[in-house]
Amino acid sequence: MIGAIGRSTRNALIQLGSIYRLLLGMVNELGDQVSRRRPPLRRRVLFEQTDRVGIGSIPLVAMVSFFIGLTMALLIGAELKVYGTERLVPQLIAIAFSRELGPLMTGIVLAARIGAAFTAELGTMTVSEEVEAVEAMGLGPLRFLVAPRLLAITGLLPCLVVISTLAAVFGSFLVSLYYLNIAPGYFFDLTQEGLRVRDVLMGIFKSGVFGLIIGLVACYRGLTVKGGAAGVGNATTSSVVTSVTTVIGTDTLFNILQQALLPNQ
Amino acid sequence: MNPEAATHSIDRRDEIRHLHDGEPAPAANADDGGAGDDDAPLVELQDVVLRFGKKTVLDGVSLAVYPGERLIVLGGSGSGKSTTLRLIMGILQPTAGRVFFCGHEISALGRRELNVLRARIGMVYQYSALISSLTVRDNLALPMEELSDQKPEEIDRIIDEKLAMVNMGNVKSAMPAELSGGMKKRIGLARALVLDPELILFDEPSAGLDPVTSSIVDELIINLTEQTQTTSIVVTHEMDSAFRIGTRMVMLYEGKIIADGPPEEFRHSSNPVVTQFVEGRTEGPILDSTRHHDPKPEQPATTTAGR
Ligand SMILES: Nc1ncnc2c1ncn2[C@@H]1O[C@H](COP(=O)(O)OP(=O)(O)O)[C@@H](O)[C@H]1O
Ligand SMILES: [Mg+2]
Repeated sequence: MIGAIGRSTRNALIQLGSIYRLLLGMVNELGDQVSRRRPPLRRRVLFEQTDRVGIGSIPLVAMVSFFIGLTMALLIGAELKVYGTERLVPQLIAIAFSRELGPLMTGIVLAARIGAAFTAELGTMTVSEEVEAVEAMGLGPLRFLVAPRLLAITGLLPCLVVISTLAAVFGSFLVSLYYLNIAPGYFFDLTQEGLRVRDVLMGIFKSGVFGLIIGLVACYRGLTVKGGAAGVGNATTSSVVTSVTTVIGTDTLFNILQQALLPNQ
Repeated sequence: MNPEAATHSIDRRDEIRHLHDGEPAPAANADDGGAGDDDAPLVELQDVVLRFGKKTVLDGVSLAVYPGERLIVLGGSGSGKSTTLRLIMGILQPTAGRVFFCGHEISALGRRELNVLRARIGMVYQYSALISSLTVRDNLALPMEELSDQKPEEIDRIIDEKLAMVNMGNVKSAMPAELSGGMKKRIGLARALVLDPELILFDEPSAGLDPVTSSIVDELIINLTEQTQTTSIVVTHEMDSAFRIGTRMVMLYEGKIIADGPPEEFRHSSNPVVTQFVEGRTEGPILDSTRHHDPKPEQPATTTAGR
């Protein structure tokens, strides 16, 4: 039992080291290309990745956040109505999504939608020796394959959080209007009270970190696939599981730190 | 071939030479391995040992490949043929020993110098390894766009030229998945040629091809390496194509080179391992682990993409 814990801790640390080396290697390869006065990334590849990570994820992120926002507003509203304090609903939803649920939901959605795709793609390329071919041509697989994906997911997760928060606020708007009878103008005032600059910035920062985690885990798992098609399947599952748990764990850590260092009010 | 490409590859050579200013050249490699000097080996392995964990794949391999040769590397599945090619490309590091290309110690180069050097070596993979998300044209354009200073028109001209060399002029806009194995192999060969390399490595060029396509690919290898005056190392276990292509042969067995010489010597070898392999007999010193119930059967190494 203790041996098993020790072994898995050791494995986790080894993998953390490898992921760090992957990041370092990518930065080095990008630097090489820059020092040869060439664009470090191909614009078209970057565009393809940002398009699928960003534009492609909008519907799912918006839908999930809208439904969760609406449900929360409905349930909280029903409770608070009893005490006549239902006007707290818009504020609560705004706080919850801008600093907590927005980054978390978006992170989980992207881990499943994009992280899995990254691992499966890179895994298939590894198995079919395409990654090795890229390396053998001297193109630098980390620069060529990992960098655009990592950049796309790290840069666009924060943007998607904004969409997520807007969708959730829209859900709470519908509930406020039709169920809690809060007038639209008053709703926007109340929501604005909930949107604090500090929370929004924290949420955006956090989500960038989540994007980096998901991208690194997914690419690392993809590039280290062994054992053919079955290996790709296993790696994809493990990539999603690892990045979702790491994202939730990191989020908890962020919240503990935030409460300890910058307590509310 | 074309003057611009030629100056271009000389530029790259200068870059490499520049990186090594002042460093003493390794023994027997005073020259950069340029076209003029035929005495210095283009590729040299010195007592290379390679282990994966406890498993020793190469156990003291020494080999020199000279400009203009078409060297055949023979060996059973899992004997370390692909591994040898990976060592030359610098994708794997030897556990002990040294690997040279054009007088540069591959195993001691930094990543950046290594990448410059890799552009001078073309590699044709067992399963082609074309980038599946790019069209044939983009696959060929990729190394030029990323590594050379050629203009777009020039790149298109080279692509047409190389595709014509492998008789595949009409598939530029196809995706790799739409092509047959033989077609992919030819595109892979064209991709290896775009930067006019000095050395081309072939990993089992006839694997998975029917006999006719396989002969066509063999002919291409012979014609192209002769036309472009490139050296090549061809890994195979198909004896027919080995004898067709090779100007020299070596055989890997149990981590060592057990025979090295012109193809004729292999036909009339006195080494029982070589004769068994060349004639494809089941009786002989090469054990079939499944038939003999070897207590430690070898891993089924080459079932998935040769790893
Ligand atoms: N990355 C690796 N990790 C562990 N073992 C490997 C690796 N690559 C190759 N091997 C082992 O090395 C041996 C030689 O492999 P390889 O060079 O691919 O053989 P082949 O001669 O069929 O091309 C095989 O037994 C294989 O299992
Ligand atoms: Mg092989």
